Amino acid sequence: MKNYETVIGLEVHVELATKTKIFCSCSTAFGAKPNTHTCPVCTGQPGALPVLNKQVLQYAIAVGLATNCTITQYSKFDRKNYFYPDNPQNYQISQLYLPICRNGYVEIETESGKKKVRIHEIHMEEDAGKLVHDEWEDVSIVDYNRSGVPLIEIVSEPDMRSAEEVIAYLETLRQTIQYLGASDCKLNEGSMRADVNLSVREVGSQEFGTRTEMKNLNSFKAIAHAIEGERERQIELLEMGRKVVQETRRWDDNKESSHAMRSKEDAHDYRYFPEPDLVPMSISKQWIEEIKKHQPELRPAKLSRYKKEYDIPEYDAKILTESKAMADLFEATTAICGKPKKVSNWLMVETMRLMKEKDIEADQLSFSAENLAKLVDLADAGTINSNVAKDVFAKMFEKDMDPEVYVKEQGLATVNDEEALKKIIQEVIVANPQAVEDYRAGKQKAIGALMGQTMRATKGKANPAVVQNLLIDYLK
Amino acid sequence: MSEIMALSAVEIGRKIKEKVFSVEEVMRETLSAIDEKDHRVKGFLTLEEKDKLIKRAQEVQSQIDDGTLTGPLAGVPIAIKDNLCTKDLKTTCASKILYNYLPTYSATAVERLESAGAILIGKTNMDEFAMGSTTETSAYAMTVNPWDENHVPGGSSGGSCAVVAAEEVPCALGSDTGGSIRQPSAFCGVTGIKPTYGTVSRYGLIAYGSSLDQIGPVAKNVEDCANILEIIAGYDEKDSTSILREDYHFTEALVDDVKGMKIGLPRDYFVQGLNPEVKEAVLGVAKVLEEKGAIVEEFDLGLVQYAIPAYYVIACAESSSNLARFDGVKYGYRTQEYTDLHNMYKKSRSEGFGAEVKRRIMLGSFVLSSGYYDAYYLKALRVKALIKKAFDDAFAKYDVILAPAAPTTAPQLGESLADPIQMYLGDIYTISANLAGIPGVSIPCGIDSKGLPIGAQLLGDCFQEKKIIRAAYTFEQTRAYHHCPMCK
Repeated sequence: MKNYETVIGLEVHVELATKTKIFCSCSTAFGAKPNTHTCPVCTGQPGALPVLNKQVLQYAIAVGLATNCTITQYSKFDRKNYFYPDNPQNYQISQLYLPICRNGYVEIETESGKKKVRIHEIHMEEDAGKLVHDEWEDVSIVDYNRSGVPLIEIVSEPDMRSAEEVIAYLETLRQTIQYLGASDCKLNEGSMRADVNLSVREVGSQEFGTRTEMKNLNSFKAIAHAIEGERERQIELLEMGRKVVQETRRWDDNKESSHAMRSKEDAHDYRYFPEPDLVPMSISKQWIEEIKKHQPELRPAKLSRYKKEYDIPEYDAKILTESKAMADLFEATTAICGKPKKVSNWLMVETMRLMKEKDIEADQLSFSAENLAKLVDLADAGTINSNVAKDVFAKMFEKDMDPEVYVKEQGLATVNDEEALKKIIQEVIVANPQAVEDYRAGKQKAIGALMGQTMRATKGKANPAVVQNLLIDYLK
Repeated sequence: MSEIMALSAVEIGRKIKEKVFSVEEVMRETLSAIDEKDHRVKGFLTLEEKDKLIKRAQEVQSQIDDGTLTGPLAGVPIAIKDNLCTKDLKTTCASKILYNYLPTYSATAVERLESAGAILIGKTNMDEFAMGSTTETSAYAMTVNPWDENHVPGGSSGGSCAVVAAEEVPCALGSDTGGSIRQPSAFCGVTGIKPTYGTVSRYGLIAYGSSLDQIGPVAKNVEDCANILEIIAGYDEKDSTSILREDYHFTEALVDDVKGMKIGLPRDYFVQGLNPEVKEAVLGVAKVLEEKGAIVEEFDLGLVQYAIPAYYVIACAESSSNLARFDGVKYGYRTQEYTDLHNMYKKSRSEGFGAEVKRRIMLGSFVLSSGYYDAYYLKALRVKALIKKAFDDAFAKYDVILAPAAPTTAPQLGESLADPIQMYLGDIYTISANLAGIPGVSIPCGIDSKGLPIGAQLLGDCFQEKKIIRAAYTFEQTRAYHHCPMCK
């Protein structure tokens, strides 16, 4: 078999986090009753006209600047014409001729090092409604709540060569856009969607092979599997002396395979033309500068600042900055209690363990930085021991609360009172002659049993170090 | 002849305020005029319920009495072209595909009229989706010309112009994409204004050619039109293409004086193809204005022959997309039986649209299709820009341009549909204004040997409505309003 190279370009749709839709003032909130967030504009009523939500433009420019794009100062919307019931006007307002951003790049990092992935363009467009097919009734119903939700489509150049690079590219985009606050970028909820354009060619070849486009990829796992599967399918075809057909394919998550949706011959002629209902956008240099100036600190800058300012290991800094929500929590907590490494440990160990267990994301964490700071202080001062601290944290994780108040109410403070402890230890020693004998006979481990008994008797509140010292003294 | 209905809209409004008659009396007169004449004219497609209208008349009366409503149109009935959305009142665009459509909102222009106290009587017939020049492409009714019932009223705002001419209502709104206010106004012997693009909000106007459509008034005279325009014009944040103008005081231009005004007569408009009687009447307007102190000069406008093809490419391209939403899914007509989605679309649209609409959708889809876009649509946009430039040059020299509104007077019923190309050519004097975005007014200026009205058109530069209103008003003062034979 020949040696093949995979060539991948991505079209990534991102739902912007505006409160209202792109061309009307309906809410973009997710999960409302069908067709309640609608109006004449987003249901395509005759005579209704679109008006651009300026926030959409601002977010698109912000994403463009963060991905090193040139901002198109004279930009226009175009109509993309096609018939489908989820699209109430039977055309989508999008951008073809003068997209808002062009010629950018993002830097990705994989096992094999750093690499630039070029961005061909970013354009703004409206989302479609949602069709629900009722197989029992043999009807389809449509919900226009999503119709008119703002999207940007980020089109990369065919610069990626592996699933690993694709995932790194998507992660970078996701982090960047989340940091900008322009979207929450959730693949599983559809606020970030990626279509994969893939072709293969012999290593060393200058020409691209025939590509296919893969749709319906709802997770990084699906994307990785789809890339592997499609690469193999295309290579197999070529090895058998057959041709790859230019077509759109749909990934089936359950079957872990894809099937052809439509070929190039069936492709729509979208009859694009400039949207006559919207005036062209003239974007001033000052506005671009203004947006640039208010751009939040992005991940690369944060990473190096964390290492310098907080003196935490690169490993910690990377994990903490993976999501803006986590980084924000870290910074807010550290600002209150100092101790960056301790805060980092709480976030990286206990917080992430529970997040994984409960399957939630950093932006869904409910405890406040103030309360985490208090907990860090309580544990650090030895007011509670580490086991108690973990229990208190688990409670806080469930439902935000003031750990100082809780520790007081529940009487969880570490017992440091040596007189009280000595009394308990005497009782434990009397009750466990065998262990005492074993220890004195040289079995160091036997002290563990005595420690356990003592801790149990104090309901876990005793300071273990103090207990150990007292025991050793006694048993001398 | 009804005394009230013979009056202009502004006169009716004035006499209501002077308590010469009540809003309810005007309403009852209007309803009986419609009752008496509309079975012949067939200008209305939908009328508001009588009880509601009487109730509304009483409400408006009390608001006039308590001083809430003081404007010139308070209490005046008005008819609305059926392509303007009216909340809870059927709006069909004279198409089968919208046979049952009840808008959930009213067009901005309609709302503005209603808050000024005008009373919306009903919806007028038109060419289906405003595509046509005779009102004969309507799916519902054949409106006739009140001057001669064997002739068309013109189009596409034929219903609005016919009901004003027949004195069923004192005034109406129309829309003008390629002459749809000015040409039927000329054919029916009434006055109509197409404002500068962006002056009246298009929100709620069911689009034909979005970049060309403008809403405008139709009435017996220039004063009425200026007053109505002053009410409906204004920046609207719901229409991105609406423009915030410096000056909306159109009625200030109702001045009988054109001394020193420079009027250009485009030589290329007075050539072969122009009916000699129309030519003579329009040149008569020039003469009158000259006598009143204007300076009239002939000049070459140029590019005239390119306007019609450019217009039909642009208007059809936009309409092919604008009309895509009529698919049987959300509202309007859906075919009875279908096998699947595609079949439902195809049958609903095939059965719901008439021949002229289908012709323009096909033409528009063709010129936008890949491989033809540059050759047709892009080229048409370039022509549009050049035509705008030609007008810019002309308005550097002239305050207004005087032209015929149409090459002939109203053709006979059935004469035009057989030859669509001929019908398209009839738009030659009006469409350039839409391509250039400039305002135009059509005023009656004579009666031909068949007894049909002749219209002249005054065109102005963008935002210069006041100049054309002034010229039109000055001319109008020299001539009495001619009531159509049906009203005598």
